[in-house]
Order: sequence, then C-alpha cells, then structure tokens
Amino acid sequence: MKPAPFEYYVPDSIEEAIALLRDHGSDAKLLAGGQSLVPAMNFRVVQPSALIDLNRVKELDYVREEENCVRIGAMTRERTLEFEPLISKRFPLLAEAMPHVAHPQIRNRGTLGGSLANADPAAELPVIMLALGARLNARSVDSERWVEASSFFSGMFMTDLAEGEMLVEIELPSSPLRTGWSFLEVAPRAGDYALMGIAALVTLDENKVCTQAKLVYLNAGDGPVEGKESAQLLEGETLNDELIDSAAALASGQEINPFGNIHASVEYQRHLANVLTRKALKTAGKRAAGEENLQ
Amino acid sequence: MTQRLPVTITVNEKTYSREVEPRLLLSDFLRHELGLTGTHVGCEHGVCGACTILFDGESARSCLIFAVQADGHEITTVEGLAQSTKQLHPIQQAFWEAHGLQCGYCTPGILMTLVPFLKENPDPTEDEIRHALSGNLCRCTGYQHIVDAVKLAADKMR
Repeated sequence: MKPAPFEYYVPDSIEEAIALLRDHGSDAKLLAGGQSLVPAMNFRVVQPSALIDLNRVKELDYVREEENCVRIGAMTRERTLEFEPLISKRFPLLAEAMPHVAHPQIRNRGTLGGSLANADPAAELPVIMLALGARLNARSVDSERWVEASSFFSGMFMTDLAEGEMLVEIELPSSPLRTGWSFLEVAPRAGDYALMGIAALVTLDENKVCTQAKLVYLNAGDGPVEGKESAQLLEGETLNDELIDSAAALASGQEINPFGNIHASVEYQRHLANVLTRKALKTAGKRAAGEENLQ
Repeated sequence: MTQRLPVTITVNEKTYSREVEPRLLLSDFLRHELGLTGTHVGCEHGVCGACTILFDGESARSCLIFAVQADGHEITTVEGLAQSTKQLHPIQQAFWEAHGLQCGYCTPGILMTLVPFLKENPDPTEDEIRHALSGNLCRCTGYQHIVDAVKLAADKMR
C-alpha cells in the first residue's frame, strides 16, 4: 500500500499552479486535501506522474461575503466551512450537511474544491452545491469561465473541467427570503458513505404558497441527482402531507436511479429516498414558514 | 532518477531535517525515518484512524499526507503526550484507569483524536464523544470502556 513514484510540485500561486497543469497535461493530478486522491494512490488505482500540491496556494483559501453571494476559495477546508458563522447564517443547508462529510480528521484536511472536482456520487458537497445553485469558476492558462453546478457534474467521478483547467472559486448565490432547508442521510455508521441522502430547499411566499423547491439526492445515480418533476409538483401549491407524499413517491420511484450495493438493494435505497424526502420536505416547509424554533 | 526533497519538520517540539522521496507517507516518515513507532498504521486509506496525528494542532490521518507536505509544519504524535516516562497525559491516565484499551493498536490514534476534541469540548456528552470517535475503529473493546475513559479524562482535565 505505497503510492507509485511521482514528481512533486508545490506552487504558491494560482498562476504557477495552472502553468504546471498546462506543462504536465493529463499525467498530472492536483492535490487538494488528498482525502480521496491519496487513498487511490496508496491502492495504486491512480498513478499520476506528477502531483501539483495546492496546499500552499494561500489565495485559494477564503470565505468572502458579498451583497448577493458568498465566495469560497476552492482550497477552503471542510472544517472551516463547518464552523464559519457566515455559512450557518446564509447557507444553513450547507452547515447542516457538514457534520455528515466523513469524520473530523478528514474534514480538517478535505477541501470544498477537492470534493467537487472529485465528483463522488455519494459525496454530500456536490449535492449541496446543486441544491444551492452554485456557480463554479474554472481557470486555465488561457481561459477563465463560470460553470453552473447543474452542468459541472457530468458522471461518475467526472466533471466538466477540461484538461488544464483548475477549479478556483465557488459562488453561492443568496437564497430568497422564506427559504427552508433540510439535509438528511442514512449511513450505516456516522461518517460512512451514506446509502441515501437528500438536500431539500423550499421557498414560500407570504401566503405560504411554495414558489420554488429543490430536491437533490446523493448515491442515487452517477452524480448528484435532481428531482425536477417532483419539485415542480410542489411549486404553486400550499404544502400538505398528501402533496409531499406524491412528490416523494415520484422522486424515489422514478426520478432517482440508484445502483444498489453490498449494503443496500435498489429497492431499499428507493424506500430510504421516499422516507427521507417526506421528512426533509416537512422540515424545510416548517423552517420556511418560520414555524420551527431555531436555536 | 528518484526525486528527493529536503524537509524540515517539527515533531513533538523537536525539529528534524531529512531528504525524502515525495511519495513517502507522513506515517512512514514518522515510523521509519524518526523511529516514532507509536503512530500505528492500520488500513492506509483513511478509514481506521490508527495513524491519527496532530498537524498544526488539528487531528489528521498521517497515511493521507505526504511527508513533503509537512515541511515547515508542526506534528504531534502520541510520543508527545506524556510529560515524562513517569507522568502520563491525563487522557492516557484515564484510558489506563478505565480500561479504555485491550490490544492497544487503535489507542494512539484515538488519543490523538481526543486531544483537540477535549480542548474544544471540555464537557462532552456521550453522544458527542461517540461522534468524535466515529473515525477511529476499535475491534476489541466495543467502545464502551473507551467512552468511559473519555468521560474520566474530561473530569480530570476540567
């Protein structure tokens, strides 16, 4: 269990990192927190010829508040997000999901950008980014562009990032007023990969009519899976148990595409999705209506 | 030719300078280069927690960090806990008294996880203790005595 040899580069600026990425092409890997890449290297599933370590690129580590959004540097540690008051205030959905991201020791090293670029379908952060409508900034030596989270995740461990491109920043747009949230997952043990999980957002108008809903699932397909039709069922309606049951049945029965694994059959994963959707929508609905006492 | 890079790493307040291959894991650096075999190596893919050390004061898996990445940083291992051979760290003392270990393989990782945890949570609930230890596997104890030991350690340190 030792990694194959590689050349090690340790840039201290974005410019230097993307120049190294251009020079070394697809044989190079960017090293962020290393909590998924290093295990894969220890198993020799991944054998990059060059490793570009981003841990000394200080300009990639920040959480910045702006009027209509919060900007997060790609190398911001998961543990930083977990305890950042700005995140719990403006994006309680993200704050609620953070303790479910592996274990404290992993979150001390793991980064937001690393998790997103890794694009594990069982990971929490891609699901949260999709639910919050994040925009991702990718840079290479000769380009810079913004990608919607909904276009960024293109398959199992696959992203829209082209060769030579590096994820630099994540922009989270402010949520509308009266938006309630809920993140729930079921895992065999705390911190393990979840068998199923959901991020739900519900926005209500002054008359408690749902104007916008988001349902995004983890471990439910080859990337974060959005329940678009089930969300549409809720929009323009006042939430009630019957409506929530229909949305949960549609999402869990038809919209997600779980593969099943040694710990859970496809049928069980769909059952979990149904139960979690109902719970999450009820919690999100109450929070949107201000009917839940928050600490 | 194999690349070798100079590193200067402070471990348990002592500074070491070595030349290492980039692929050398921090866990192997501590054990093989420095002879600090208190850091145990279990799964080498970040699951078991036996290799947990403090990296600039925060718990981390030393099997998921390359030694070159620790250049200029401060590492604490289980050898850095006790003040002397005669005086154990209060967490170690509590594990001794409450029978918080059997074979002891997972113990160094658990102790290192607990140091920052008890600093941040001086009066933890059982639930918080179990959550904090979720990333450390123990195959002997069934965890009950470990949880008891953490409560005792919290009492001793308050």
